[in-house]
Amino acid sequence: MTKRLQTRFEALAKKNRAGLVTFITAGDPSPEISLEILNGLPEAGADIIELGMPFSDPMADGPAIQLSSQRALNNGASMIKTLEMVGSFREKEDETPIILMGYFNPIYRYGSQEFLNDAVAIGVDGLIIVDLPPEEDDELCHACLTAGLNWIRLTTPTSDNSRLSSILKNSSGFVYHVAITGITGTRSAEIQELESTVKRIRSQTLLPIAVGFGVKSQSQVREIGRFADAVVVGSALVNTVKSALEENLTKQQIGLKVHEFVSELATGLR
Amino acid sequence: MNSAAPITDSYRSGPDDSGHFGIFGGRFVAETLMPLILEVNQAWQKYRHDERYLADIRYYAEHYVGRPSPLYFARRLTNHLGGAKIYFKRDELNHTGSHKINNTLGQILLARRMNKRRIIAETGAGQHGVAAATVCALFDLPCVVYMGETDIERQAPNVFRMKLLGTEVVPVTSGTATLKDAMNEALRDWVANVEDTFYIIGTCAGPHPYPEMVREFQSVIGRETREQIMQWENRLPDVLIACIGGGSNAMGLFHPFLDDPSVEIIGVEAGGLGIETGQHAASLSGGLPGVLHGNRTYLLQNSDGQIRDAHSISAGLDYPGIGPEHSWLYEQERIEYVSVTDQEALEAFQVCCRTEGIIPALEPSHALAHVFKLAPSMSKEQIIVMNMCGRGDKDVFTVAEALGEKL
Ligand SMILES: Cc1ncc(COP(=O)(O)O)c(C=O)c1O
Repeated sequence: MTKRLQTRFEALAKKNRAGLVTFITAGDPSPEISLEILNGLPEAGADIIELGMPFSDPMADGPAIQLSSQRALNNGASMIKTLEMVGSFREKEDETPIILMGYFNPIYRYGSQEFLNDAVAIGVDGLIIVDLPPEEDDELCHACLTAGLNWIRLTTPTSDNSRLSSILKNSSGFVYHVAITGITGTRSAEIQELESTVKRIRSQTLLPIAVGFGVKSQSQVREIGRFADAVVVGSALVNTVKSALEENLTKQQIGLKVHEFVSELATGLR
Repeated sequence: MNSAAPITDSYRSGPDDSGHFGIFGGRFVAETLMPLILEVNQAWQKYRHDERYLADIRYYAEHYVGRPSPLYFARRLTNHLGGAKIYFKRDELNHTGSHKINNTLGQILLARRMNKRRIIAETGAGQHGVAAATVCALFDLPCVVYMGETDIERQAPNVFRMKLLGTEVVPVTSGTATLKDAMNEALRDWVANVEDTFYIIGTCAGPHPYPEMVREFQSVIGRETREQIMQWENRLPDVLIACIGGGSNAMGLFHPFLDDPSVEIIGVEAGGLGIETGQHAASLSGGLPGVLHGNRTYLLQNSDGQIRDAHSISAGLDYPGIGPEHSWLYEQERIEYVSVTDQEALEAFQVCCRTEGIIPALEPSHALAHVFKLAPSMSKEQIIVMNMCGRGDKDVFTVAEALGEKL
């Protein structure tokens, strides 16, 4: 298994703080700007990077991430380019874990085994594939773990205890708890309920628990960081890209804007 | 228990317990939905053989939908084409004008047994949306139908029908604003409303158990056809033909005949402007296996696995996928799949109006166009049954425009 995730969570535990997981869509809005954003994330305060693999039909995503996928695809994003982007990042940075998140079809077309091999070789640390529940573990999960990549799964408010145990069975790296029933970038969770759910999950696993969906602000990051091991922010970042584009900013300015927002979020955990 | 044939000898035994037809099918959904999918499957497996449930379906099928639908000998068309005898299975005479209500009826009666209080559906042509809106009015359940903005424009009469029936029609602008996006949006709604909502999927696609469930509800078409053709001809037909959007009317007609080797079965996909132009909706003739909307099946897609836009003059066939059971039967070579262009369908549409006094929907006009190609080369003793799965009232504006007429 690649070591970056474990090392990072151990370091966070030593510092006694939760980590910030930042989601951006690979190639959004263009390959160059997206790489500029990616490269600056660790310095801005991202502890773990989640990179979305654009898909034409992101059925679990809300408008913000749908639009970011669309922007990326309109500007030539592809699976190969996503992997290349990780490669460029890894030339200068070999510590921050990178998780690829997306849907199964582009991987299936790429060739599942070939994709896993290429992903490990280029420096990816784990996968989150939204439409592969435990019932479909034969598709990619087993091969992913064998290839040495973490298989990160989502728990949700609909996961009762028996469901949790099948979700956790082949999970590795960390558990990603989806705070709400719903798509990305919509409403936010009730903090107290969320905390008790995270407690319930913790009683069933030793893996670190990250919480995401509907997290938009520094204060939410701070609150959730009190009981979770990591906090994921996605749609709010992607929306920052969108509004920066609408202001006709340059590549550097867009990068700067996103990084400023990431720093602001990261402060919530320090 | 020594008579059961091994399942591999039958084309009718799928799917397996995990919803697979060979490599096709499955349950490729987000984790939030997984408990719901399992719940639907549990209810479906519990009730599918339940006498009271089946009697309920039969009651409404007879008195509300108007089943059985006639099997009609199309004498003038047969003479016109000068070959095989042509029969129409007249599901366009159902209440609401298509086969879609066979399915919505079965699903809403299941939703009621599951105590679900809110119904959602996706629609392309609007026929499934109308059929869902209709049973929701009948059983007094609120209904939300997702429909691509492009389709809302070209199927305006159906949009208004849904509104009259008390349904909320939500325009979908994401992606390409057609049926596939409407299905994405319905899935997004379901993820956000897991407690009380039942999703009535309109074709034999989606995560298990939908492909199986929809096939079972539509198989009434084929079961009736079997009995009716015996009365007319005292033998099975030589050829069955049906059009394919997601494949539910076709699967409904075909399934009861899959294990009869003498029956040749042909599915007709929408060839749009021609397969070679890339502007079509023929997932089998022009697609590759992939995963979308909860199942593995043939899909229109590019080499990077991004789903491509479908094109057809018929909104009901304008879908870049196909039910997983069709993909399996295609690879098994049990069913032959062909395609028919917009133009060919339009011509068949017009001939049908004038020779039989039946205005067909543009969807079955595709099946009919293939009948036109096939019948003349067959002998006069041979029999073709075609599924006339919808009536064309909803399409008169589209056809007028294609023929350059102003209404
Ligand atoms: C009359 C009619 N036929 C066929 C179809 C295509 O669906 P399926 O292939 O599931 O029968 C539709 C879909 O809207 C329809 O309205």
